[in-house]
Amino acid sequence: MVQVKELEKRAVEIRKRTVEIIYRASGGHTGGSLSEVDILVALHFGIMNIDPKNPDMKGRDRFILSKGHSVEGYYSTLESRGFISVELLDSYGKFNSLLAGHPTRKVPGIELNSGALGHGLSVGVGLALAAKRSAENFRTYVLMGDGEHGEGSIMEAVAAAGHYRLNNLVAIVDRNQLQISGRIENVMAIDDLEGKYKACGWSVVHCDGHNIEALLQCFRNAVAQTQKPTCVIAHTVKGKGVSFMEDKAFWHHKTPTDEQLELAFTELNQRMEEIENA
Amino acid sequence: MPEKVIPCRKAFTETILKEAQNNPDIFVVTSDARGSVTLDDFAKFLPRQFVEVGIAEQNAVGVSAGLALAGKNVFVCGPACFYSARSLEQVKVDVAYSRTSVKIIGVSGGVSYGALGATHHSLHDIAVMRTFPDMHVYLPSDRFQTEKLTQYLAHSQESAYVRVGRNAVPDIYTASDQFTAGKGKVLTEGTDVAIIACGETVYHALQAEKELKKNGINTMVIDMYNLKPIDEELILKAAALTGCIITVEEHSIYGGLGASVAEIVSQNNPVKMKIIGIPDENVINAKPLEIFDYYGLTVKNITKQAKLILGFASE
Repeated sequence: MVQVKELEKRAVEIRKRTVEIIYRASGGHTGGSLSEVDILVALHFGIMNIDPKNPDMKGRDRFILSKGHSVEGYYSTLESRGFISVELLDSYGKFNSLLAGHPTRKVPGIELNSGALGHGLSVGVGLALAAKRSAENFRTYVLMGDGEHGEGSIMEAVAAAGHYRLNNLVAIVDRNQLQISGRIENVMAIDDLEGKYKACGWSVVHCDGHNIEALLQCFRNAVAQTQKPTCVIAHTVKGKGVSFMEDKAFWHHKTPTDEQLELAFTELNQRMEEIENA
Repeated sequence: MPEKVIPCRKAFTETILKEAQNNPDIFVVTSDARGSVTLDDFAKFLPRQFVEVGIAEQNAVGVSAGLALAGKNVFVCGPACFYSARSLEQVKVDVAYSRTSVKIIGVSGGVSYGALGATHHSLHDIAVMRTFPDMHVYLPSDRFQTEKLTQYLAHSQESAYVRVGRNAVPDIYTASDQFTAGKGKVLTEGTDVAIIACGETVYHALQAEKELKKNGINTMVIDMYNLKPIDEELILKAAALTGCIITVEEHSIYGGLGASVAEIVSQNNPVKMKIIGIPDENVINAKPLEIFDYYGLTVKNITKQAKLILGFASE
């Protein structure tokens, strides 16, 4: 059984690395990378059947980062999980690095080139359908943004997943309430998100997207579904973990200054101490 | 036109059914287009390998990419007009950029739908598809070539776009002719002028060759069925041998076969060229062959353009 405390510490380390590589690269998607970290940690350390030594292992569970812009949190997670080296992670932002500003399959552990929004769930449907039609047991996880739900193509995939009763598919919505231009309900409202998924035959659960234990439980419960795909609406805070970045659309793709990096590290180090002393 | 000739789309579906019966990893995906593609038998006999997504081309291509990522060789089939436009970003990202083993089979391409209008025409598909790195582009010219191409793709892991027409077209080849990817095919030898065509215009190029022969003009007709990667060597050979090239395509005069040939000859061996295709306007409402005729894609104009380029006639 995974130790939740260890995963929480991982998440803090990954947040530090995320902020650091964005700072060094002088660019990146800070807010969404920080909001997704606990979800990535729960999946990659506590749920998915994956092997960093054998990234293409047959029968592995699949993860698709549909909100591909939040790649810095993802790369930092893959490094922490052992899929990529520290040296490779540190090459982010440098000339001709293997690590692009959005995920690509050239990077070990990454299944799909993404970055154009509204694509990932369709690909997830294809993976989950392939598993069913070939009687394979792997499960597919697709992480999307809430702002990403402005893309209508997602609803095509939502309908198909319900139609084919893909109980081996889990969609996670990083519900941080913000998109680049501001609050989602002001830019283009997406609710009733739960109702939309449910209407297409999904099981929908709400979860604190920063509570790793709760996330693990949601993903384990999804395995018990026999007919329905599961949508986890993970309520998160954009920029989570660094107070001055939290819940500010401004930090969608802002790079920290020297002082801000130091402040961020101070806060994240404090959080690490809190976890250790808890 | 010979009897019992089947449309290329039917040649595709008959062939892919046979291939898929021997390979459980071949999958066919469609978007409420099983009728227009002629996939009823595939759906009936191989339901496990058949995926219907409804009227949702974007999802069809994304789902196909997902199936491919799980080890399937996927043929996603529907009208070329929709797969080369509505789902173009999925083709660009989930197929070409992600290098998935997905073949987009665009049926009833070009002006096959005739008077249905620009919504149903695909006269831009070569132009867009050939600019995606790692994307292979094919326009077979008859049922035999479509069959051979399908057999080839059933064993290939490449990402590809294939355009075929809606109606039966005259045979260019026989069942024993071989197919080679990445090459063009010289159909008639000649050193006076070269006519390079693809898809349904190959037949008309051959008709023009016969006419020109009556006037003592020897024409090299090339079937450039593989638009990408294109047979650069053969194009330069044609340029060197004839010194003048006419291209004929059921596509916009921008960005298609003519442009591909011009890119190669202009940088290596500039020769006179005439690009015959659909001009930059919305196509008239007519039957496909009438449209071909109106825009000069048939024997009369091809012959005329050959004489013009050779200086044997004036406008």
